[in-house]
Amino acid sequence: MNAIYGLFPDTDSARRAVKALGEVSRRLRFQPRQIVVVSQEPLDDREMGLPRQHTWMPWIAACGGIVGGTAGYALAAFTQRTYPLPTGGMPVVALWPASVVTYEFTMLGAILTTIVAFLATARLPRYGQRVYDAAVSDGMILVGVADSDVNAWRDLEETLYEQGAERVRQFSTA
Amino acid sequence: MTTRERQRLEAAPQDRDRLTRDLLRPVLHTSPRIYLTMMALGAFVLAGLVAFVYQAYWGMGVSGLNRPVFWGFYITNFVFWIGISHAGTLISAILRLANARWRRPVTRCAEAITVFALVIGASFPIIHLGRPWLFFWLIPYPSERGIWPNFRSPLLWDFCAITTYLTGSLAFLLLPIIPDWATLRDRAIGWRKKLYRVLALGWRGTPREWHRLEMAMRIMAVVIIPVAVSVHTIVSWDFAMVPVPMWHSTVFGPYFVAGAIFSGIAALIIAMALLRKILHLEEYLKPIHFDHLGKLLLVMSLLWVYFIVAERLTVWYGNATPEVAVLLATQRGKFLPLFWTMVCCNFLIPFPILAIKRLRTITGTVIASSTIVVGMWLERFLIVVPSLEFKYLPFSWGNYRPSWVEITITLATFAAMPLLYLLFVKFVPIISMWELKGGEHPEPAAAAELAPGHEASDPWEGTLPSAGS
Repeated sequence: MNAIYGLFPDTDSARRAVKALGEVSRRLRFQPRQIVVVSQEPLDDREMGLPRQHTWMPWIAACGGIVGGTAGYALAAFTQRTYPLPTGGMPVVALWPASVVTYEFTMLGAILTTIVAFLATARLPRYGQRVYDAAVSDGMILVGVADSDVNAWRDLEETLYEQGAERVRQFSTA
Repeated sequence: MTTRERQRLEAAPQDRDRLTRDLLRPVLHTSPRIYLTMMALGAFVLAGLVAFVYQAYWGMGVSGLNRPVFWGFYITNFVFWIGISHAGTLISAILRLANARWRRPVTRCAEAITVFALVIGASFPIIHLGRPWLFFWLIPYPSERGIWPNFRSPLLWDFCAITTYLTGSLAFLLLPIIPDWATLRDRAIGWRKKLYRVLALGWRGTPREWHRLEMAMRIMAVVIIPVAVSVHTIVSWDFAMVPVPMWHSTVFGPYFVAGAIFSGIAALIIAMALLRKILHLEEYLKPIHFDHLGKLLLVMSLLWVYFIVAERLTVWYGNATPEVAVLLATQRGKFLPLFWTMVCCNFLIPFPILAIKRLRTITGTVIASSTIVVGMWLERFLIVVPSLEFKYLPFSWGNYRPSWVEITITLATFAAMPLLYLLFVKFVPIISMWELKGGEHPEPAAAAELAPGHEASDPWEGTLPSAGS
C-alpha cells in the first residue's frame, strides 16, 4: 500500500483539499473513494464533502437485544424446569420474575452486540501499518490519496500544497 | 517518567494544541502530594482488606449482625454505592441524548464514578456472604450440585441488573477513551507507548471510525438509561418484595431511583471540584458547570422531599401498628438524631444554598453536595436497619450496633473510591479531549442557531477555555 497525503492545520483547508482532490481524480486516474481523511476529532461528512456514512448498527443492536432476551428467558425457564422448586400449585416458570431476567438479558444482549458491531464495522482492532501520521494527534488533519498512481504524486503534491497543506508526505508499506 | 519522555509527550504545537497539553498534563505529571494521598488512601484500603480477611477467617460473628438485624452496614453501603453509581452513566447518557453541550468536560468524570462505585457497591453482597469464596453460587447457571439459582428472587435479579449495568457502563466509559488513547500513543515513548498502542486498538480517526463511535455512543446512551433505572428499581425490590414494615411499598422503585440520582449528582460535583483543584482544570471545569449541576441537584432535592413525605404520610395515615412502630422509632425514638440529621443534610441545608443563585457557587454546591452524600448514606441506613429492629412482634425486636470490622470496611470503601479515581486519572485524560475539541466546531444546524439575529443563548457558554486565555 502507498499513499501521498498533506497535513492541514484547519478544517477549512482540509475541506478545500478534499474538494480539489475530487476534481482532479479523473485526470489523475484515482477513485474519489481512495481519498483518505484522518482527524483528531469528528468532522461533518457533508461539510467536508465526503460520502455520507451509513451503518446497520442500530438494527444489529436491536437483533442482539432480541437474542439476549430470548436467551435470558430460556435460561430462567430451563433452570426452573430442570430444578423445580415446590410452588404449591403456582406456575414453576412465573412470567413476572422471568420478565425481569428477560429484560436485563435483552439490554445486555443489545450492549454486547453494540460493542462487537462497533469494533467490526470500524475495523478495530487493527495494528498493521496504514495511512497515518502522528501529527494528527497534534491537531492536524490528514488528507491524501491511497493507492494512487505513483506518477501522479507530483501533481497531487502540488494540489495539496495549493490548498494549504503545511507538509506533504509519502507513505509506503513496502 | 523521564524528563525526555515528558518533553516528547508535551511536544505539541503551542497554540493549536494547548487543550491537548492541558488535559494530558495530569496524566504526565505526578506531584509528591498525589503519591502521599495515594499512600494514605491505600492504607485505609489495606485496613479494610485486613478487616475483611479477619471476618472471612472468624466468620460473620465478628460483625454486629445478629438476630433480627441481618442487614446492617454492608447492605447500607451496597445500596449507597449503587446509588452513587447513577452519577455517571445515567446523567451522561441523558445529557448526551439531550445534546447538552456543557456536558462535554463533565461526562468522563461522571462515567468513571459509575464504574468505580458499581465495583465497590457490588463487592458488598460478597463481603456480606459469610463464605465469600462461594460467591459464584450467585451466578445464574444451572448446576449439578442440587443448588439452583432462584429466578424468582430479587437477589438474583440484582446480579443480572448489576452485571448488565457494569458491562454497559464500562463500554460507555471505555469506547470514547479510544481516540484519547490514540493521542497518548502518538506522544508517548517507552512502555507507555506500548501500552497505549494496545489500548488504542489501531485507532486513526477516519470518518468511518468517528461515525461508528458516535453511533455506538448514541445506541449505548439509549440502552443505558432504562438499564440504570432498572438497576436501582431492582435494588429497591430487594426490600419492597418482602412484607417487612416500611419496606413493602410500591413507591420504593421510583424513590430509590430518585435518591440514587440525587446522591450521584452530589458525588459528581464533589469529584469535579476536587479534580478542578488538584489537577488545575479551572479553565475546563468552570463555575457554569457547577451551576447547571447545582440546579439539577436542587430539583432532585425537592423530589427527594416529595418521596419522603409521600411515603411517610401514607404510613402514618394508614396507621398499621407494625409500620407505625418503625415510623415512630425513626422520627421520635432511638433513630431521631439520625433521621433529622438526614432531613437537614438532604434538604434544609442544601435547599437554600442551591435555590439562591448567589450561593450556587462552586463552594456552595460542594458544601450542599457534601451534606447530601452524608444525608443519603443515613437515608440508606434508616431504610435498612429500623425496619429489621422493629419488625412486627415486640418480643422479636432487637438492637444493631456495627462492629469495628464493619466500620473499617465501610471507611475503606470511602478511601477506595478516590484511590481508584486517582489511579484512573494517571492513565486517562479525565476530560474527553476529542469531545471538547468537537465543541469548538459547531455543527451546521447549531451554527445557524448562533447566527446574528438568532435569539438562542450561547450553548457553549463556559464549555471551553476562552480564546487567548
